[in-house]
Amino acid sequence: MESVMAVVVGALFAASVYMMLRRSLVKLVIGLILLSNAANLLIFTVSGLTRGKPPLIPEGMDLPAGGWADPLPQALILTAIVIGFGVLAFAVVLIRRAYEVVGEDDLDKMRSTDL
Amino acid sequence: MLIAVLSGFILAAFAPWLARSVGDKAGWMLSLLPAGLFVYFLGFIPAVIEDGALVIHYTWIPGLDISLNFLVDGLSLLFALLISGIGTFIIIYAGGYLHGHPHLPRFYAIMFGFMASMIGLVLSDNLITLFVFWELTSITSYLLIGFDHENKHARWCALQGLLVTVAGGLALLAGLVMIGLAAGSFELSEILADGDVLREYPLYTAMVLLVLAGCFTKSAQVPFHFWLPNAMAAPTPVSAFLHSATMVKAGVYLLARLNPGLGGTDLWLYGLGIVGALTMFTGSFMALRSTGIKAVLAYTTVMALGTLTMLIGIGTELAITAAMTFLLAHALYKASLFMLAGALDHETGTKDILEMGGLRRLMPITFVTACVAALSLAGLPPLFGFIAKELMFEASLQAPGIAFFATVLAVASAIMIVAMAAVFATRPFLGDLKKTPKHPHEAPLSMLIGPVTLAALGLLFGVAAFIPAAAIVGSSVAAVYGAPVEVELYLWHGINLPLMLSILAVVAGVVLYRQWDRVLAMFERMTFIDRFGPERGYEHVMRGLDWIAAWQTGVLQNGYLRNYLTTIVLSTVVVTGWTFFFRADGAISLEDETGFTFYELGVAALVVMGAVVASVTSSRLGAVATLGMVGFGIALIYVLFSAPDLGITQIMVETLTVILLVLVLYRLPDFLNLSNPVVRMRDAAVAVSLGGLMTVLILAVNGVTVNDPISDQLVAWSVPEAHGRNIVNVILVDFRALDTLGEIFVVGLAAAGVYAMIRFRAEDKQK
Amino acid sequence: MTTMGSLILRTASRFLLPLLLLFSVFMLLRGHDEPGGGFIAGLVAATGFALYLFAFDAGRTRELMWADPRVLFGLGLLAATLAGVPPILVGEPFFTAMWWPIEVPGLGEIKLSTPLVFDIGVYLVVLGGVMTIVLALAEAEE
Repeated sequence: MESVMAVVVGALFAASVYMMLRRSLVKLVIGLILLSNAANLLIFTVSGLTRGKPPLIPEGMDLPAGGWADPLPQALILTAIVIGFGVLAFAVVLIRRAYEVVGEDDLDKMRSTDL
Repeated sequence: MLIAVLSGFILAAFAPWLARSVGDKAGWMLSLLPAGLFVYFLGFIPAVIEDGALVIHYTWIPGLDISLNFLVDGLSLLFALLISGIGTFIIIYAGGYLHGHPHLPRFYAIMFGFMASMIGLVLSDNLITLFVFWELTSITSYLLIGFDHENKHARWCALQGLLVTVAGGLALLAGLVMIGLAAGSFELSEILADGDVLREYPLYTAMVLLVLAGCFTKSAQVPFHFWLPNAMAAPTPVSAFLHSATMVKAGVYLLARLNPGLGGTDLWLYGLGIVGALTMFTGSFMALRSTGIKAVLAYTTVMALGTLTMLIGIGTELAITAAMTFLLAHALYKASLFMLAGALDHETGTKDILEMGGLRRLMPITFVTACVAALSLAGLPPLFGFIAKELMFEASLQAPGIAFFATVLAVASAIMIVAMAAVFATRPFLGDLKKTPKHPHEAPLSMLIGPVTLAALGLLFGVAAFIPAAAIVGSSVAAVYGAPVEVELYLWHGINLPLMLSILAVVAGVVLYRQWDRVLAMFERMTFIDRFGPERGYEHVMRGLDWIAAWQTGVLQNGYLRNYLTTIVLSTVVVTGWTFFFRADGAISLEDETGFTFYELGVAALVVMGAVVASVTSSRLGAVATLGMVGFGIALIYVLFSAPDLGITQIMVETLTVILLVLVLYRLPDFLNLSNPVVRMRDAAVAVSLGGLMTVLILAVNGVTVNDPISDQLVAWSVPEAHGRNIVNVILVDFRALDTLGEIFVVGLAAAGVYAMIRFRAEDKQK
Repeated sequence: MTTMGSLILRTASRFLLPLLLLFSVFMLLRGHDEPGGGFIAGLVAATGFALYLFAFDAGRTRELMWADPRVLFGLGLLAATLAGVPPILVGEPFFTAMWWPIEVPGLGEIKLSTPLVFDIGVYLVVLGGVMTIVLALAEAEE
C-alpha cells in the first residue's frame, strides 16, 4: 500500500501547488487546504502503514495485543490537523478582508496595494 | 573590576535623568565617575610594576569558552588611565561646550556608554569579549559622530565611519577566531605567553591580514583614513575624546596587544611599517592643506596613528619604547589642542583658521595653553612630545629593512607638522583682531581646566621624564615587547643624528610656515587630488551596493506570489532531486509488504480524483464538495491504517472546514479564469514535478529505518507510568504535554487573530 | 443566516446539539483509554454548536453557550498551563504527571490527574477557538 500512498501524496502535492499558482484568491485557499492534507498524509505514510493494530491497550494489559502502529506520528499529525484548521481559518479571514478592501480576486492586482 | 568596567554602562542609563535634575553643573558631577575610575586604575600601578600582569577572572558563558576575564598590564593600564583621565576632562568640558544644548542628557548617556566600551576593550583578556567591546565602540561612536542627527552631513559622516569600522570589524572577528583556534585558547594572557604557536600556524598570513583589516580601518590607516576627518562632524568634546585616547587608538591598542604573538615576522614588519609610514606622511600632508581648525587636528591624528603603527611594525625595543612614549605624549597634547580648538570655535563662531586673528588679548589663557600644546605637537624641547619624536627618529633610523624609507617619511611629516603646529598656535591669536560671527571672550573654566591641565602635564613629563617612564611607560613597553625592558627617558640625548634631524625639521618647518599662504594657494589649484582619493572608492562601493540591492529586490521581491512559489518549488525539486539521483544512488523500492485490498485502492482513487477535480473545476461549490471528498477519504485512510483518533479528528475538522468555506466563500466572486492555457501548462509542469519528486522520495525511504523508533518506549510506559491505554492521547497530554501546550496556544492565537481582524473591520465601518 | 436554516435542520439540531455535547464530554473523559481526547471532544462540541448556528443564528448560539467563546479558550489555556504547575511544588519538573485516583460509588474509579486537567484545557481551547472563529464570521455576515 505504501507505493499507492506515495502516488496519492504526490498527487495531493501536485494539486495543491497547481492551485496555489493560480491568480484567484479562492483557489489559493483550496491549495492551502490540499497542502496541509498532503503534508499530514506524507508523515503518516513514511512512518509506516499498519493495518488493524491501533495503538490502544486492552483493559488489564500492559501492551497492545499483537503489535501496534507507531503512536508518535499519530500524535504529531493530530495536533497538525487542528492547527492546520486554525491557520486555514486565519488565512480565509485574511483573504476575505483583503477582498473587501481591494475589491479584487486577482492576486496580480493586489500587488500595488502595499507599495 | 567588573563593577569598574560596567559602571560606565550603568551610569549611561541614569545620566540623562541626572543631567536633567542637576542642571548646569551636571558635567562637573558626572565627571566624578571617570575621575574615580582614574584613581582606581592608578592604584594598580604598583602591582603592575611588581608583577607585570594581573588577570582577574569572571565566568560568563562557560559552555562557549567565553569569559569576562580582565587583563591588567602596563599596556591596558596605560590606556585605561588615558581613557578615564582624559574622559574626566571631556565630561567637564562638554558641560561647558554644549551648555544649554537640548540633547545634552542624551550626549552624556552615549558618552558614558562609549567610555565604558573603551575601558572594557582595553581590559578584556578574552578575545570574544574584546570583540564585543570593540563593536560597542563602533556603535557608540556612530551615535556620537551623528549626534547632530538633524544634520544630513553629520548622519552621512557617522554612517561612513560606522560602515568602514564595522566592515573591518567583521574581518577582525574572523582573524580573532583564527587566533583562538590556532592557540587553542581565547584568553590573551595564555595566547601571548607562547607567540610561536601563532607564527607557525599554517594560516598565519590570512590571520594577520584579517586582524590588520580590522585594526587599519579602526585606526584610520591609509587607504581607510578618509573616515576620520569626516568624524569631525561630531561635537568637539567627542572629537577630542575619539582622537586623543580612544576610538582610533583601539586599532593601535590591538596591534600593540597582539605584537608579542603576531609580530616579529617580515609580514608584520613590512605590513605595518610601510602602511604606517605612508599614513603618517598622508596625514601630515593633508593637514598642511587644511584650514579648518578641527580638520588640521584630525589629519595630525592620522599622522600620529600612522607613526604608532609604523613603530609597532618595526618592533625593536627602541621602537616600542618610542611608540608608547609617543602614544602618551600624543594623547596629552591632542586632547588639549582639540578642546582649545573647540573653545575657539565656540567663542568666535567660525572653524576656519584664516578667519581668526588677534585673539591673544581676548583669550590669553587659551593662547598660552595652545602654545605649550603646539610645541609638544611640533616636538620641541622641553615638552614631552620632543622626547617622543627623538625616540621615533632614532627607531626609524635603526629600523630593519625599511630604515631609509621610514626616516625620510618621518622627517618630511615632521617638517609639515612643525609648520601646522605653528599655524595653530599663532594664526588665531597674533595679528589684527578679525571680525568673527560671535564676539569672542575667554572660555569658561569648565572648558579650560582640561586643556590647561593636560598641556601642563605635557610640560611636566618633558622636564621630569622619569615620572612617566617609571610609572607606566616602562611596564607598557614590556607588555608590548613581550619581555621586560629597561626604559629611561631623557630630554637630552646628546648631539646625535636624531637631534640633527629634529633641528632640520624645525628649521624647514618654520620656513614652510612662513610660506603657508603661498602653499595653500598652490594646493587650491591641485583639486585633482580629491577626485582620486579612496573616499571616491568608498562612494562608488556604496552606490554599487545600492544599485545591486535595488536590482536584486526588483528581481526577487517582485510581488507575485506565484513567482515566489515557483522559485521555491523548482529549487526544491532541483536541489533535492539532484542530490537524490546523483549524490545518492537514486534507488527506490517498489516492494510492498503491506499489500492492498480493493477498497483501499478505491479510497486512494477517491482522494486523487477529488484533488484533481478540485483543481480543474470552475464551480466553487464543486470545489468545496470535492475538497470534502478528499478530506473524508483521508479520514478513511487513517481509520483503515490503525489511526482511529486521526480519523475522527480529520472528520470533525473536515466538517468545520466546509462550514468555514461556506460562511466565507460565497462572499467572494466566482472562479475567474485569469490565465491562458500556456501558463496553465507551465504551472501544471511545476506542480507535477514536485508531486513526482515527493512520490519518488516516499518510495525511496519506504522501509528504511535509520534509528529505532522511540515510541516503543512510550508504548511500554503508557500503562504503568501514565495510567492511560490510548497511547496517542497519553503522548499528547502527558509525555509531550509541553509541545501540546505550544500547539493549543497556536490555536488560541489563530482564533484571537481572526476575531481581531473581523472586529477591526466592524469598528472601521462604524466610523 | 436564518434563510439558510430549514425546518428539518432546525428540528434536528435541537436534538443533535445536546447529544453531541454529551458525546463530546464522553469522548473527553474516556480519551485517555479509548479513542477520543481533548482535541476530538472539542471539535465535536464545536461542530454541534456550528450546526445550531446554521439552523438558527449567531445571536441564539451565543446565548446558548454558557460563556463567550473567547473566555472559553482563555480559560482553557490557563487550565492547561496550570496543569503543569503542581509538580513544581513538590520539586518535580514542569508537567510531570500527578495522579489522585478517587473511588466514586456506582461509577467506579475516576482517575483525577494533572493530564486530565490538561486535556480539559485542550478541550476548552479547541471549542472556544473554533467557536470564536465561526461566530465572528457569522456575525460579520449578518
